[in-house]
Amino acid sequence: MQSALSISFSQTSLPLANRPLCSSNAAPSTTPRNLRFCGLRREAFGFSPSKQLTSCRFQIQSRRIEVSAAASSSAGNGAPSKSFDYDLIIIGAGVGGHGAALHAVEKGLKTAIIEGDVVGGTCVNRGCVPSKALLAVSGRMRELQNEHHMKAFGLQVSAAGYDRQGVADHASNLATKIRNNLTNSMKALGVDILTGFGAVLGPQKVKYGDNIITGKDIIIATGSVPFVPKGIEVDGKTVITSDHALKLESVPDWIAIVGSGYIGLEFSDVYTALGSEVTFIEALDQLMPGFDPEISKLAQRVLINPRKIDYHTGVFASKITPAKDGKPVMIELIDAKTKEPKDTLEVDAALIATGRAPFTNGLGLENINVVTQRGFIPVDERMRVIDGNGKLVPHLYCIGDANGKMMLAHAASAQGISVVEQVTGRDHVLNHHSIPAACFTHPEISMVGLTEPQAKEKAEKEGFKVSIAKTSFKANTKALAENEGEGLAKMIYRPDNGEILGVHIFGLHAADLIHEASNAIALGTRIQDIKLAVHAHPTLSEVVDELFKAAKVDSPASVTAQSVKVAV
Amino acid sequence: MSRLLQTPFLPSVSLPTKTRSSVTGFRVKPRIIPIQAKIREIFMPALSSTMTEGKIVSWVKSEGDKLNKGESVVVVESDKADMDVETFYDGYLAAIMVEEGGVAPVGSAIALLAETEDEIADAKAKASGGGGDSKAPPPASPPTATVVAPVAVEKKIAAPPVAIKAVAASAVHPASEGGKRIVASPYAKKLAKELNVELAGLVGSGPMGRIVAKDVEAVAAGGGVQAAVAVKEVVAVPGVELGSVVPFTTMQGAVSRNMVESLAVPTFRVGYTISTDALDALYKKIKSKGVTMTALLAKATALALAKHPVVNSSCRDGNSFVYNSSINVAVAVAIDGGLITPVLQNADKVDIYSLSRKWKELVDKARAKQLQPQEYNTGTFTLSNLGMFGVDRFDAILPPGTGAIMAVGASQPSVVATKDGRIGMKNQMQVNVTADHRVIYGADLAQFLQTLASIIEDPKDLTF
Repeated sequence: MQSALSISFSQTSLPLANRPLCSSNAAPSTTPRNLRFCGLRREAFGFSPSKQLTSCRFQIQSRRIEVSAAASSSAGNGAPSKSFDYDLIIIGAGVGGHGAALHAVEKGLKTAIIEGDVVGGTCVNRGCVPSKALLAVSGRMRELQNEHHMKAFGLQVSAAGYDRQGVADHASNLATKIRNNLTNSMKALGVDILTGFGAVLGPQKVKYGDNIITGKDIIIATGSVPFVPKGIEVDGKTVITSDHALKLESVPDWIAIVGSGYIGLEFSDVYTALGSEVTFIEALDQLMPGFDPEISKLAQRVLINPRKIDYHTGVFASKITPAKDGKPVMIELIDAKTKEPKDTLEVDAALIATGRAPFTNGLGLENINVVTQRGFIPVDERMRVIDGNGKLVPHLYCIGDANGKMMLAHAASAQGISVVEQVTGRDHVLNHHSIPAACFTHPEISMVGLTEPQAKEKAEKEGFKVSIAKTSFKANTKALAENEGEGLAKMIYRPDNGEILGVHIFGLHAADLIHEASNAIALGTRIQDIKLAVHAHPTLSEVVDELFKAAKVDSPASVTAQSVKVAV
Repeated sequence: MSRLLQTPFLPSVSLPTKTRSSVTGFRVKPRIIPIQAKIREIFMPALSSTMTEGKIVSWVKSEGDKLNKGESVVVVESDKADMDVETFYDGYLAAIMVEEGGVAPVGSAIALLAETEDEIADAKAKASGGGGDSKAPPPASPPTATVVAPVAVEKKIAAPPVAIKAVAASAVHPASEGGKRIVASPYAKKLAKELNVELAGLVGSGPMGRIVAKDVEAVAAGGGVQAAVAVKEVVAVPGVELGSVVPFTTMQGAVSRNMVESLAVPTFRVGYTISTDALDALYKKIKSKGVTMTALLAKATALALAKHPVVNSSCRDGNSFVYNSSINVAVAVAIDGGLITPVLQNADKVDIYSLSRKWKELVDKARAKQLQPQEYNTGTFTLSNLGMFGVDRFDAILPPGTGAIMAVGASQPSVVATKDGRIGMKNQMQVNVTADHRVIYGADLAQFLQTLASIIEDPKDLTF
């Protein structure tokens, strides 16, 4: 009903349509009820297992009810308001745009999505998805090659080998499959997929190819491309970015990886499993700078030190030239602080994993007086675009990597959903602290919220106390059964009220374990309540359970949680 | 429920006073062995089964602090985790022997603990008496009976140069600025540290002369073959200081490791006595053409191996074995300050004259320490001959990675009963083959030796 109401209002084209229109009715709650973390949640739409089907069907039905309430509905997609071609135009069909489009249709909006390349964007075609395929292979290779590990199980495996093309095919097949699922899910809902590069012509007006369309609201979701620092010449063969590496056209004997963040780490896992030796080049003084220090220290012990990896920290790769004329790839290193030449490396290949740069060129931002900051489109907490004068641009939003708030696929999707909530009349601010992140090495690393230093800094500023709880995978039955006792889970929390500030996990299936914590943060669940919840034994989830139980919180459990306990 | 079912490792909440708590929350008791009545040493504990050395992350206590039994004294970083090490005794932390950031091998003393305040000075004197450098404390006192010399990792790498060092000039990496820079792959560097091999001067076989893992392994393995007949080296060189403790050189370290490694291989031995009259006669005949006895023996062995490929095989992983495609006979040679095994490649195919010339070249190169890695580490079968010293029989240790080694004794005139019932004189030598029984069985060796004996006793095939 709420969305139906908002549509009828929107037809009158209020200038401030994205403000809560009927606050009493829309009841903007502080609890982000509709928050979803993965934009791919319905990629298997239409041919998913029965359980999912039921829920999908339910959603379709509810949408239909809303649409009919709004009257004049077309087949699947919503009906546009009279003066516009579409209610919502999304530029960019990556995971962010896809998440927004699906939610928009659910809310009864007539939606179009513009894509200049392939549907699925970076995540599906050149990012998370194919890299997971490669990492699945590397995980198995690692296991099969670890004779000691196999012996401990009583298993005998003789020399494990791999076929490079077969591995590469697995990655590209997976990307194709997910891309088709994504495309089909949008087609099935009636989202118009328009092909061509989209550009903003003016307020509520978008051009793609030679066509011009109008939309009541516009979301920019153009994503990002690999960032290549100056001085580095990428040839796609010996000096490569993640785009090339995911095709796995070669497995070099020795590859230098510039940058030790998520991308670099994941690729080091893949390459070393396939027999390469790796040299990390990191500008900061320590590897894995983005992670909680304790986690990165442990991760270095497990993921770096015992493997065929060495590293140079505190240095920039000032110049990288591809291999040619029988010469290897040359990398010149300079001191990150003094800029003095430090070393020269000659390797077989170099992977540039220095982060990603927003893809916002040619978007026509000058037409609406928007000035990018290092390429990123400035937005407020509601993803509304801010122009050069610091004013909000009406009806224009930017989500995902292009705004740089949190460059993760599921963050983009969550932002997209948040925007759709707003344009359909329900104020919504996404809590970025509740968005988890994961690095799919073996074992995995995952995190949500603040790191320990960040939490301590915040605590000092705001005057509260911070406590840390830790558990080891060594104490977990399931982890020991898998012979994977290496790992640590760590929770940073407020002992006075039981608020979870951050959770960091390094260990078997860490990426799957983090969601209990991220959901608790998103929903505002306190430790004293969640610690009473029951976990199946023996499962890895008990690692997180132990974290909650190990925390010493001063306030008692709330009444509702008590009743939950009784019910159990 | 699940808590009850789990192990005693309970999760810990880090104490506010201690920022660096151990990962799992349990503590490791150090090994503290009394050496004098009142002054005890605190040792680098073994925090994991694979730990060989530990790094001092931080000293929780400083010199002069009073320690109570069970208190944390130091945080140690092992290959797995940071852990608090606590004391078993009350006393005073008298002297810190390995500073923060320093690395010490497991079992070496890292600090001294005095029982009373009065003894702190004694302990300090004791700590400083042995060595001025705090990172290199003195060897442990006699009661512990172990030689401990914690050294920083950097020092280890700078161990005495290996025998092959002189090769440097012959092949340098184009980007290594005339050999000043070392171009080695990450794993090669890691291995070099582990195996105590110095990279400087090593010739790389990787792309553009880069040092790769197998080059480092080759240096270490070179020591292994050497040890197979290490008996030769026992002769005491005049001028050594008797009673002194001499740390292993890199090569000796490698030998030691290889020898210990060889214990994992189930070996057995089969001996055979071979008449050499015909061989001796042949040798006399073609000696003038530059043919050496070593080449003849190598050739005979190679021809026998060609008929018994299993004896030329090798088993590395315990799950499978390789029938080596070529017959490369390694022959142990004593050189100044060590021993090396130049390899006669494809000894079954190369004619005896070429083989002899090759052998001479290899020996000259070995003496000049200019052998390339592939010239001493590609052997598939090893020959060790101590006959020239009058040794009539001995037993060789199998170099890891190969299937068999043959120890050759001196050829000596012996009185034998011949088949026609007479007593006669024959030159005979004893050979003794040590083989890996996982792949080579008694019958295999017996047949191989029978073939070898028939070749040597009727050596016409040796000259083609």
